[in-house]
Amino acid sequence: MPLRLVPRLAPSRLALYGAPLLAVAATVVFGYVLFLAIGRDPLTALHAYFIAPVNSRFGLSEWLLTALPLTLIGLGLAVGFRANVWNIGAEGQLLLGAIGGGAVALALWREGVPGTFLLVCIAGALAGMAWAAIPAFLRTRFNANEILTSLMLIYVADQLLGYLVHGALRNPQGFGFPESRLFSAEAIMPNLLSGTRLHVGWLLVPLAVLAMWFLMSRTVTGFRLQVSGEAAGAAAYAGFSQKRMVWLSFLLTGGLAGVVGAMEVAGPVGQLLPEISPGYGFAAIIVAFLGRLSPVGVLLAAHLLALILIGGENVQMLGVPVAVAQLFQGVLLVALLASDVLVRYRVVRLGRLGRGSA
Amino acid sequence: MIDTALVLAILVSALRTATPLIFAALGELVVEKSGCVNLGVEGMMLVGAVAGFAIGLTTGNFALAFLVGALAGAALSLVYGVLVLFLMVNQYAAGLALTILGGGASAFWGQRWQGQNMRGLQPVEMPGLSQLPVVGSVFTRLDIMVYVALAAAALIAWALLRTRLGLVLRAVGENHDSAHALGFSVIRVRFAAIAFGGAMAGIGGAYLSCVITPLWIEGMTAGRGWIAVALVVFATWKPGRVVLGAWLFGLVSVMQIHGQGLGLAVPSHILAMLPYLVTILVLVLISRDATRIRLAAPGSLGKAFRPTA
Repeated sequence: MPLRLVPRLAPSRLALYGAPLLAVAATVVFGYVLFLAIGRDPLTALHAYFIAPVNSRFGLSEWLLTALPLTLIGLGLAVGFRANVWNIGAEGQLLLGAIGGGAVALALWREGVPGTFLLVCIAGALAGMAWAAIPAFLRTRFNANEILTSLMLIYVADQLLGYLVHGALRNPQGFGFPESRLFSAEAIMPNLLSGTRLHVGWLLVPLAVLAMWFLMSRTVTGFRLQVSGEAAGAAAYAGFSQKRMVWLSFLLTGGLAGVVGAMEVAGPVGQLLPEISPGYGFAAIIVAFLGRLSPVGVLLAAHLLALILIGGENVQMLGVPVAVAQLFQGVLLVALLASDVLVRYRVVRLGRLGRGSA
Repeated sequence: MIDTALVLAILVSALRTATPLIFAALGELVVEKSGCVNLGVEGMMLVGAVAGFAIGLTTGNFALAFLVGALAGAALSLVYGVLVLFLMVNQYAAGLALTILGGGASAFWGQRWQGQNMRGLQPVEMPGLSQLPVVGSVFTRLDIMVYVALAAAALIAWALLRTRLGLVLRAVGENHDSAHALGFSVIRVRFAAIAFGGAMAGIGGAYLSCVITPLWIEGMTAGRGWIAVALVVFATWKPGRVVLGAWLFGLVSVMQIHGQGLGLAVPSHILAMLPYLVTILVLVLISRDATRIRLAAPGSLGKAFRPTA
């Protein structure tokens, strides 16, 4: 092979921020070729995908609404990934948040308590944390791989939601359809921008970004998380508890995913349905990586992923399968991981390897 | 009193349900023996499922369907191979990317067949075994791939322990630096193992769409790829135990179908959770003993290899 990778002494800052842009560019090029290959005019299709959906006030609000869950979950995952804790089950924690929040909304259905939506959100966060506590416990107590356990729990959560909307939480006047009652007005997230579906939950976005920035760069806990992830041995020597990092990462992400789930059912949906999330929990993994595990990066990446999700819905009009959104997500992540090589390595021609670097 | 016919019916569905898991987990076992964890099994199974279904539906030739399913899985696994072996990408991240990519690609190309079904691969009568008393009828109701999966397990167990190829594979997985120093091409061995794992996952996926439920639905693997990954840990990297583990999962999985026949008054949603809960349970039981896992796992598992000089 004529080319060889040589480790850099320090990560390249240019590549660190350039790699995500390169990956996005590669994804757009892939989209161009894909649309061409299936006989659509690529520029029209790309316009319909990335521009048209957000080319109006309503479109922009939908963009923010879709980026909300991705930002919140992505922030939680970024903290975990920094500590080398692999929570892949945010989707399940989101579903539990929907169930917990939904159960509270339905329990208070005829009480007319003002501000019920706040209770719904809190219940969602607690339910998400409880679900996330399972893989955290199994990892810290029994050494069980958290990737597999948290992932398995997604399917369990999915069946649990199905069980509840087919049974205990089904609308008694719903003619047997697997869905709950519509929540009462008090349980619905108050609107933030008239004429749109954007709700007050969006205010959590700037708050969470700030809080996460503070946690990661201004607290000892953030420092400990970082050290645990980058040098487990050093962290152990310094007396940082690895178990605490696992618990912290899982509870944080579980809580955020739970709130997201609750806000999803108490927001745009307004009731419990068998299908709640278009894969926010998985897309948020890409968000965390693409955003370089930094709060502002996650915020930007969440809006890109939100655009990919909304665009996928929009190009259905052109007869393009909606699954194109997931395909783009996969291509984006592969391209990002591939471009990341430039952060830690220099590409050197083999003949010149001998001098200095070997 | 549970009647014999029901028990035999459960046995048949359990053996069939276990078959895709055996294929996929055996493939992953070989990959992990070479030192790589490929979490993309779910994605590779999905592309295998859609490719196998497309060929089965259009040609009715299932040998070709499984071949194309294997090729599709192997083709996708090359993405993982390039990322991990040449671009030094974290193996977990690369595997996740493969799962997302495979899910998206299969759903995209499979859109035209979404929800369609076909006449799947038919059972064969196994001479000799089908003459056995009581259980004989089981061997008239299984298709050829059930036996192929078992043969593959035996072959892989033999190859790993008794052939030069197996020895080289294990050497690369146990200590890639030593293997490299001895003159073996770590990259080439791993690339071949990864492609083999992809092909096996593809066959497992094609089995789902061509035999078990002869239809295509996006995301139809429903976590089986992940269960296959868990099975390898559960089996402590031994092919024979992969088969036993897969049978256990097969048995648990078919409870959802046969629960009513057995008089289990448990809602189907709860029964559907069982395979996932059992996966978690066995992972906990097996991982509790950290030393045992460390001794059983290939020494270089999950570590990046960068050839020097």
